[in-house]
Amino acid sequence: MMEDLLGSVTFGVFFLTTVGIYVVSVLGLNLQWGMTGQLNFGIAGFFALGAYTSAIMTTAPSDHHLGGFEMPIFVGFAAAMIVAGITAVLVGLITVRLRTDYLAIATIGIAEIVRLFLKNEDWLTNGVRGIPGIPRPFEASVGDNMFVFMAIVFFCVVLVYLALERARRAPWGRVLRAIRENEMGAEAAGKHITRFRLEAFVVGSMIMGLAGALFAHQIGFISPEAFTPRFATFIVWVMLIAGGSGNNRGAMLGALVIWLVWSGTGFVTSIVPPEYATQVSAVRLLMIGVLVQVILLYRPEGLLPEKPPNSRT
Amino acid sequence: MIDFLQLLIYGIVLGSILTLGAIGASLVYGILRFANFAHGDMMTVGAYLALVAVTTTGMSVYVALPFAMIGGAAIAIFFDQIVYKRLRRTVPIILLISSFSTALILRSVTQLIWGPKNQVYEAGISLPYVVGGVRIRPDHVTIFVGSVLLIIAFHLFLKYTMAGKAMRAMSDNVDLARISGVNSERVFLWTWAIGGALAAAAGVFLALDTRLHPEMGWHVLLAVFAAVIVGGIGRPYGAIAGGMIIGVATELSTMVFEPAYKPAVAFALMVIVLVLRPTGVIKGQP
Repeated sequence: MMEDLLGSVTFGVFFLTTVGIYVVSVLGLNLQWGMTGQLNFGIAGFFALGAYTSAIMTTAPSDHHLGGFEMPIFVGFAAAMIVAGITAVLVGLITVRLRTDYLAIATIGIAEIVRLFLKNEDWLTNGVRGIPGIPRPFEASVGDNMFVFMAIVFFCVVLVYLALERARRAPWGRVLRAIRENEMGAEAAGKHITRFRLEAFVVGSMIMGLAGALFAHQIGFISPEAFTPRFATFIVWVMLIAGGSGNNRGAMLGALVIWLVWSGTGFVTSIVPPEYATQVSAVRLLMIGVLVQVILLYRPEGLLPEKPPNSRT
Repeated sequence: MIDFLQLLIYGIVLGSILTLGAIGASLVYGILRFANFAHGDMMTVGAYLALVAVTTTGMSVYVALPFAMIGGAAIAIFFDQIVYKRLRRTVPIILLISSFSTALILRSVTQLIWGPKNQVYEAGISLPYVVGGVRIRPDHVTIFVGSVLLIIAFHLFLKYTMAGKAMRAMSDNVDLARISGVNSERVFLWTWAIGGALAAAAGVFLALDTRLHPEMGWHVLLAVFAAVIVGGIGRPYGAIAGGMIIGVATELSTMVFEPAYKPAVAFALMVIVLVLRPTGVIKGQP
């Protein structure tokens, strides 16, 4: 009885932590797509960069990859955001002037190149063998406590949410939405469109880098296979579209709902013979794909649509 | 020199495959105005349709090719009628996102039906021809000749049939074509039919060159888009140039760079073209 309870508590904490990490990713995407109208299909790339950066910064020294530098975890988080941000600046400087569908194609390329790089540069990342032993925050003082980690993830969620809500109401956020709605109008009003777009792209990508870092510390082991587009990119998109693009609360709700659906269908994997496990994952992906089409057709604004701006806020 | 020629041949083979994919993707991009992210997975499905024909009837893959192309066209039209048609009034970006999930649907269905493993049309090794030290696989000859024939057929269609002319008109200027009485819905159907059929052929050839795998098409999607953009969006003849440039450059790059980074070459060329000449080498839509 106690063991059952403990089991469900463990599952619940793991579930909520995972949702929290996805929420961070989705909020980053919402800044890029929901608010500015930039298509980023390379979420997996920025997520992976964040995860690897934080892992290299915080693990114990190893002969198999660069570092580790045994830095405190928050240094790892900061480094993850910086590396993701610098990459986004480089990508953005080239692509931000382009039409947004070109950006979508280009970001897929970035994610693929990041994955190839992480896979092939053994000296840096230990290649396909991955990086094990990524520590949990405060492991020295409180031990490997899942509640502490969940609290840290939630702290990041709240921080990112408040910052983005503040930004959304600020003149900065209004310019982003103006660019999304009418680029020429915003330009005619004297706004430096390229700069605002680049800023939104970089900040959004940094948030995705943070999400990647959180993921690395949650799982404790990362390898390039963890960052295929279907899990790191597609599901984040589904969450945002289902929840409601442009609405930060919708983005968070979308993450929770879609992860509930995803985990709910996951139990099927545990009752079928292992040789069918890959087939079951295909069924789950199929369902998610169909779900997106249905949402796009029947409720394109999502569960919590973006509210029209209020003059007082 | 031998190495160079050998790589050039690989490049032309890859270029033929990319060209067939890029023609359809470019037409869809030019006429329906969105980047079809399911194009790579349409190639995959086409390759597996040919596998069904080969394994059930024992016919050779060359005979199976037309069936795969018809199937590919049917699937493309199916998704257009079920999903894209109802989204046409929205912004093109919504169509793009929708095609991204179509890609996922096609890929998971492929994996469900045919399994996640590598497969081939025919087991066994065919001996390559050796011409002056350069080895040429019979499959490579098939791919090249087959692609050239399909491209010629496509060219004749585009040049001499009413549907082909209407497609060119739509690709040049949708509004002008419409007020001249072009039935746009019918042109959309033709576009999907031709795009789907050529994608299926590209998939069959890709499977001949490598092997069948549920993610084979997804992995070349970026190269196909690169070919579309290098050739100029909505310019089917540009797509031929784009496909060949990307294919040859990708293979030749292994003389200088690590082969592991081959997929990055297409991307790099695409970015260079986007920055220097956003309308493509042959002037396409901005």
